[in-house]
Amino acid sequence: MPPIFVVLLVICVWISFLNPRFATVPGIMSFLMRAAPAAILAAGQLFVIVSGGFDLSVGSLITLVVLGSSMLIGGDPANTPWVIAVMFLIGIAVGVFNGAVTSWLKVPSFITTLGMLVTLKGFALLWTGGAPRGALPNNFRVFGRNRLSGVPLLDEVPYAVIILLVVAVVATYLLHRTGWGKQLIALGDNPRAARLSGVPTAKVRILAFVASATSAVIAGILLGGFSGVSTNVGDGQELGAISAAVLGGAKLLGGRGTMPGAIAGALTLQALFTLLNLLGWPKPLRDGLQGVIIIGAVAYTAWRERRS
Amino acid sequence: MKANGSSAERGRRDGPPILEMQGITKRFPGVVALDGVSFDVRPGEVHALVGENGAGKSTLMKILGGVYAPDEGTLLLDGRPISFSHPWEAQQQGISIIYQEFNLLPYRTVAENIFLGREPIRRGLVDYARLRRDSAQLLARLGVDQWIEPDMLVKDLPVARQQLVEIAKALSFSSKVLVMDEPTAALTDREVELLMGLVRQLRDEGLAIVYISHRFKEVFEVADRITVLKDGRKVGTVDAADVTPDDLIRMMIGRPLDAYYPEYARPEDIGPPLLEIKGGGNDVLDDINLTVRAGEIVGVAGLQGSGRTELLRAIFGIQPFTRGTVRLRGQEVRIRSPLDAVRLRIGFLTENRKEEGLALLQPVRDNILLVHRALRPLLAKANGAPSVAELAGQVDLRAAGLDQEVQYLSGGNQQKVVLAKWLAVDADVLLFSDPTRGIDVNAKASIHRLIRSLAQSGKAILMASSELPEIIGMSDRIVVMWDGRIHGELPAGATEAEIMALATGQREGRRST
Amino acid sequence: MSAPVNRKPKRAGLPPAFLFLAGAFVGAWVLVSLFGRGQFLTAANITNIFVRSVALGMVAVGQSFAILGGSIDLSVAHLISVTAVMTSFIMQGDPANIARAIAVVVAIGLGVGLLNGLIITKLRVNSLIATLGTGLFMQGLLSTSFQNFAGAVAPEFEVLAYGTWGPVPIPVVMLAVVVALGALVMHRTRFGAHLYAVGGNAEVARLSGLRTDRVLIVAHVITSFSAVLTGLFIAARLGAGAPWVGQDGVYDLESIAAVVVGGTALAGGRGGVLGTLAGVLIFSIMDAMFNQLGTGAFLKQVFRGFIIIAAVASYSFRSKEEVG
Repeated sequence: MPPIFVVLLVICVWISFLNPRFATVPGIMSFLMRAAPAAILAAGQLFVIVSGGFDLSVGSLITLVVLGSSMLIGGDPANTPWVIAVMFLIGIAVGVFNGAVTSWLKVPSFITTLGMLVTLKGFALLWTGGAPRGALPNNFRVFGRNRLSGVPLLDEVPYAVIILLVVAVVATYLLHRTGWGKQLIALGDNPRAARLSGVPTAKVRILAFVASATSAVIAGILLGGFSGVSTNVGDGQELGAISAAVLGGAKLLGGRGTMPGAIAGALTLQALFTLLNLLGWPKPLRDGLQGVIIIGAVAYTAWRERRS
Repeated sequence: MKANGSSAERGRRDGPPILEMQGITKRFPGVVALDGVSFDVRPGEVHALVGENGAGKSTLMKILGGVYAPDEGTLLLDGRPISFSHPWEAQQQGISIIYQEFNLLPYRTVAENIFLGREPIRRGLVDYARLRRDSAQLLARLGVDQWIEPDMLVKDLPVARQQLVEIAKALSFSSKVLVMDEPTAALTDREVELLMGLVRQLRDEGLAIVYISHRFKEVFEVADRITVLKDGRKVGTVDAADVTPDDLIRMMIGRPLDAYYPEYARPEDIGPPLLEIKGGGNDVLDDINLTVRAGEIVGVAGLQGSGRTELLRAIFGIQPFTRGTVRLRGQEVRIRSPLDAVRLRIGFLTENRKEEGLALLQPVRDNILLVHRALRPLLAKANGAPSVAELAGQVDLRAAGLDQEVQYLSGGNQQKVVLAKWLAVDADVLLFSDPTRGIDVNAKASIHRLIRSLAQSGKAILMASSELPEIIGMSDRIVVMWDGRIHGELPAGATEAEIMALATGQREGRRST
Repeated sequence: MSAPVNRKPKRAGLPPAFLFLAGAFVGAWVLVSLFGRGQFLTAANITNIFVRSVALGMVAVGQSFAILGGSIDLSVAHLISVTAVMTSFIMQGDPANIARAIAVVVAIGLGVGLLNGLIITKLRVNSLIATLGTGLFMQGLLSTSFQNFAGAVAPEFEVLAYGTWGPVPIPVVMLAVVVALGALVMHRTRFGAHLYAVGGNAEVARLSGLRTDRVLIVAHVITSFSAVLTGLFIAARLGAGAPWVGQDGVYDLESIAAVVVGGTALAGGRGGVLGTLAGVLIFSIMDAMFNQLGTGAFLKQVFRGFIIIAAVASYSFRSKEEVG
């Protein structure tokens, strides 16, 4: 079992020790609900990371989804379905752009998506005039904050958890069970060999960015539901997603990474925050410790690889 | 080839050695690269190191250069034991090395490359005027100053001149020992002559030179002593004047050449043409006319830079033909990218298996299926038809399992994985470039047998190689490249001399088909 | 050897980024003249463009060193915050404390750079993760200890931001000195030559006998030091430091953007400090132009993202290699 699952387990046990309610079904459900956006984002990011790239634009895309949705819906719940559809289209367009610029113009994805980060944030703020405007109707927010009741055994299950579960299953299947996923990992491992093996590198890579952007749209919908409209809802999410993937054993610059690992990485970060919160650490210090832990995890992986 | 070309001017062969290696052993995972090898070189002497690829020459050299530390054995310089923890220390001790792979920075100038790490300093800053002056002097001493100027960027120089920059760089150390690894691989005859003169000049200045090459002509021209390595062991050290090239070959491969390679194709094995090129050309190739038929192995010989590897790259769509026509199985095709070639079931395998063939962190299974997957819809299930176990058996792969990462396989087995990758999609035109380079002798023979059995099963094989014995031993026909063209064609069993004559542009070849 | 000799003089003129700089300048001039309020080509405006470039310019010069070495530094924004806060906190408005404050923040900067370099070279942690981690750590400590503007700089210290030297604002002098020093170190010292080698091909550098780890560590120390300079400048400009000033300026990503727009390859080994200056000035010109066109900050941001991509694409699109 990859070390991240052990770490996750240890932290969860520790939390339950401090707060027995955590180990109950409702406790786990609310934990997963809070972790869902980050975990979904990490799942999407992993596609890009194993291909050897980065997607820094997801945080801004989340902001754009939240602000854009509130602008387009304009308070009329009847608009929600088509607005969500439009958001997915925007996400796909952003993903295609990121992938195409990286593949064809040979701009390193770090830069492409950095540019996109700046542009999308600017666009979102331009749209709303720089302040959070409007509110999201309940039929939009339902995904992020409501629960499905009457589920056997579990009683109430948050929609966010169901969505996370679906995303996890689909993403795991795509990365580990399809030809695309395997080609994506091979591309990240050795782009030259992949190209010489006939891998349609541009197509394969563009799809990875589409997957990442799609995950950001989903995360945006959940975050908008969970915490409402704000202009900084997406800030820093991209680095959190990269950290989660790396904690889950993904190798930066490609070639290695597992979907369960990345999702576990995101859950671990969330659990760590929960734990430190219970221990009474102030938020800034929790962020600080996160930095140390990411370095430690990567250093440990590097050390283990050197040893073998 | 004469055994003792210019023995009139030999180096000194007396005096104590300046550098001695005693009982050096170096192991890598799964292979003993050097096994108790002893070796020495004296000041004013050229000591040649020969052996097939994979015999341990480059490992020995990297130990000399401080890149690897030996597992056993001692290094003595001037009789004192030495050890290096960093290449820098080897240089400090007076051992400088010209590696076969270029160690130059393409985006830096010639002068900056030559004096990298030893830039002259004046008042705390790099003295660029002196850097240029010193470089110019060195280049003049090499006699290449009319071609190479200190301020040129290395990336703008042709390969042969980059090699000269490498040599200038090595000379710029006031070294006691100079190790040259295949220094002439990329040079034209004239440049080789120039280099030979230089080697003699340096020898006469009292430098100890270790000269690694598998070109016997050069070895006999400059070497005083020759040490032969085989499979990581030393076969022996002989005086160059006492042996003939045939003696050396026997020492190198340990058996007569003809017993070593599989049989040639019989006439009835040969089928219809699978690959036909007419008037093919691009930036570096011109007027390529070539037919490869089912069941035959066509060897492509030629010096580095002759267009030998470029020919394969053009067919495979890496640097595609811009002129001429290509017919595959009788159909005219256009191949503009590797993807086109792969779709047409052309396979490609090079000596750079780690860079061009394999995803090293992935298991055997995923590597073998990579091409297969590339040809199927993206969202198709990853596993399924062809049986990976069967393919692995077909190429006689020795791995701990199909889930073993290919980075842990030996070179020979890695190359077999690349081969299996193409068999998985039934590629029937196979392009090989130095397929056995850097692979130990036994695995080499096994790959040679594999290539022959592929030909026997009806595949058309075009094999470029830098090793003439391999070309001669394997090819049913040999085309020889020179200056971007096919300079001539020779039948199976042609001699090294015949090939070299064509490869150096000396005469037209006889046409056998 | 009959092929014509390929004579390509090195360091022929300025980096190509200056072409874009000239283009940006002319474009801004034309647009502002046609649609904007007031004149673009005034002394005040030009000075303003330079002053605007100072904070980002200094840290971007430092970032050039990390990137040229094939590394990257995401911790600079947080180090800028740390520097700004510590400067005003230690100074407490008293000129007698100026030297002590500077000494402390410089020491912190050197320490952070050393730490970044060591984590990257000795623990072999990818530079992105390493500096993300140290950045988060620093920010964590800082935000725990300070929630708002802390202390105040001495009035004498504000000269750094508001003083003039003859007609030239001191900040512009500072930037000029930093760029000149950066260029000197990068292009005229052994260390600079070695940094190009390490970034260009670490294996070649190693085989040439360079101690590559040491080179990279020094590069990171320089990057961190430049962030300290920016932090000092911001403290002087604001009169006090707050724990968010670095992140508010997005100095991590903006400095990386300026470096690559200036023509330094993200993979390392190619580029230089002067290109980075051009990159920073391009951003400032665009800012000035959008201000005068009255389009607001957000449209400016939309364009800035595309400019980053377009500039880097102009260097990279001919490449045949796969990039990730």
